[in-house]
Amino acid sequence: MVNNHIASAFDRDLDKIQAQIMKMGGLVETAIRDAATAYELRDLDLAAKVRANDKTIDQIEETINDECSKLIALRAPTAIDLRLVLSVFKVSSNLERIGDYAKNMAKRTIVLEGLANSHDRRLGLKRLAREVELMLKDALDAYVNRDLDLARDVIARDMDIDQMYNALFREFLTYMMEDPRNITPCMHLHFMAKNLERMGDHVTTIAEQVVFLVTGQRDEDERDKGDMTSSDPEMSKTSKG
Amino acid sequence: MAQISIDRLVLGTPLPTLLLQRHDGLDTIRNANALARDIFGTEIVDKPLFKVLRDAQIFDMLDRVFDTQTNQTCRFQRDVARSTMYYDATAIWMGPDQAVVQFTDLTDLETANQMRRDFVSNVSHELKTPLAALMGFIETLLGPARPDPVAQERFLKIMNQEAQRMNRLVSDLLSLSRVEETQRMRPTKTVCLNDILTSSLEVLQPTAQTNNVQITTQGLDQRVCILGDWDQLVQVFVNLMENAIKYGGPDNTVVLTLVGSVYEQTLRKTCAIVRVKDHGPGIDAVHLPRLAERFYRVDDHRDRKTGGTGLGLAIVKHIATRHRGRMVVQSQRGQGAEFSIILPLAAEINGELVSSS
Repeated sequence: MVNNHIASAFDRDLDKIQAQIMKMGGLVETAIRDAATAYELRDLDLAAKVRANDKTIDQIEETINDECSKLIALRAPTAIDLRLVLSVFKVSSNLERIGDYAKNMAKRTIVLEGLANSHDRRLGLKRLAREVELMLKDALDAYVNRDLDLARDVIARDMDIDQMYNALFREFLTYMMEDPRNITPCMHLHFMAKNLERMGDHVTTIAEQVVFLVTGQRDEDERDKGDMTSSDPEMSKTSKG
Repeated sequence: MAQISIDRLVLGTPLPTLLLQRHDGLDTIRNANALARDIFGTEIVDKPLFKVLRDAQIFDMLDRVFDTQTNQTCRFQRDVARSTMYYDATAIWMGPDQAVVQFTDLTDLETANQMRRDFVSNVSHELKTPLAALMGFIETLLGPARPDPVAQERFLKIMNQEAQRMNRLVSDLLSLSRVEETQRMRPTKTVCLNDILTSSLEVLQPTAQTNNVQITTQGLDQRVCILGDWDQLVQVFVNLMENAIKYGGPDNTVVLTLVGSVYEQTLRKTCAIVRVKDHGPGIDAVHLPRLAERFYRVDDHRDRKTGGTGLGLAIVKHIATRHRGRMVVQSQRGQGAEFSIILPLAAEINGELVSSS
């Protein structure tokens, strides 16, 4: 910390909640990676592990919230310190949501393995998961290093995630139109893709917290929405049409 | 152990090593040797650990170390510039508030495993897609389309295309494995690049005409000889020019240049260079390092349409390597792409043979 407080215990408390949030971030990064690997390699044990580990993530979130409340009550932080505490609140709740989505992916991986007709096109989802994982990594790096440029880069990259999701959406739609037996597995695959797309939005919120933490302001311009599947009827048509 | 000895041990260890200090539940990096600083950053000493590393495995391992006062190990991975590094970490308990953590790099092992997995899954996927289409059409021909000659003709045409796609893939796989087999056998015959290029051009003339692409040549009037395998080299230039025709787009020009003799800094030899340049949309810089990877595609859809197998450049690169040469790609978005094959000249290879024997 550049600006040391007279009470060095205060600095220590601030460092501690940040250490907690980074541990939580590390767990969530692992959860995304493991959920994607479990799906790619049909590793049901790993999928079960992701589901079990989500409890740890939820516990850390509660600890962080308790610590933050205590810190506000005891130290009455102001300015940058207050922004830090507020951002920790927000980042932890976003991380918790991402963890839930990873858990849901793991759950669907297990269901998919039980289906006869599950589709074997595994590369698209894997790539999307990897992109989201890297985005989260950069968002957390930006948070810990107060790196404004990296945070803004992460926010911009959410567009790519949306576009990858759009492509998968069309692909699954095509499979479902080809053969109604594909509908059940493809619905699960689509939800997994949607989970990843939502994770991207939560990662973006974390990156926005970095901007808020460093500048004390929020970036004004409305983010571009890349997910066109809900607004543009053209998107729901496929080449098979 | 005196603190100074611990520091000396950390600095002198031939593995990436960190010395950690735990105070009031917070771990701080007290010292790091040069290898550790290479991995985690130059200014990590005196930083809290969470600002440098945030792997939950590591945090858990450290908790176990201080709780049980024993040494512990864990596996962890870390993304650096989009590629993943894998490590084994060992933490040694040094006292109630100190621990030493050492890292072993397992990345090469993991990458090799990953490549094998990807390769098998790619091959099966690429073969399965046309096969599934073929089986679907056969089912239709035997069933609903049996009395319909118009549909039959249409389906047979598509089946023909799909069968050809499988055939291309299988032949590419075979030539890749043949090239790999001969990888360590140096070519012994003297061949002339100008002749090879002329006959490659003949092979490609029909493709160029169908796509209305003009191939212009430079330097083909000189005699440039190397030690090489005629068929393999023809395959290299046919692959490259075919790509240039396909990705450069119709109604465009492809420039084929033969440079007779240049001293190549990277190979430290006098070399011939063959350049194939298209004037298409170019390739994004992010793809360049991975182009020669098997089944790597810049864009799924575009490649399907143009009928590539995703193996062409892998074959080119292998053949170039067998000839002690290199493939270099230069491209920018909107500026076209230029593929250069750099091959040591015959005299140079001979010279080396003489001196090494």
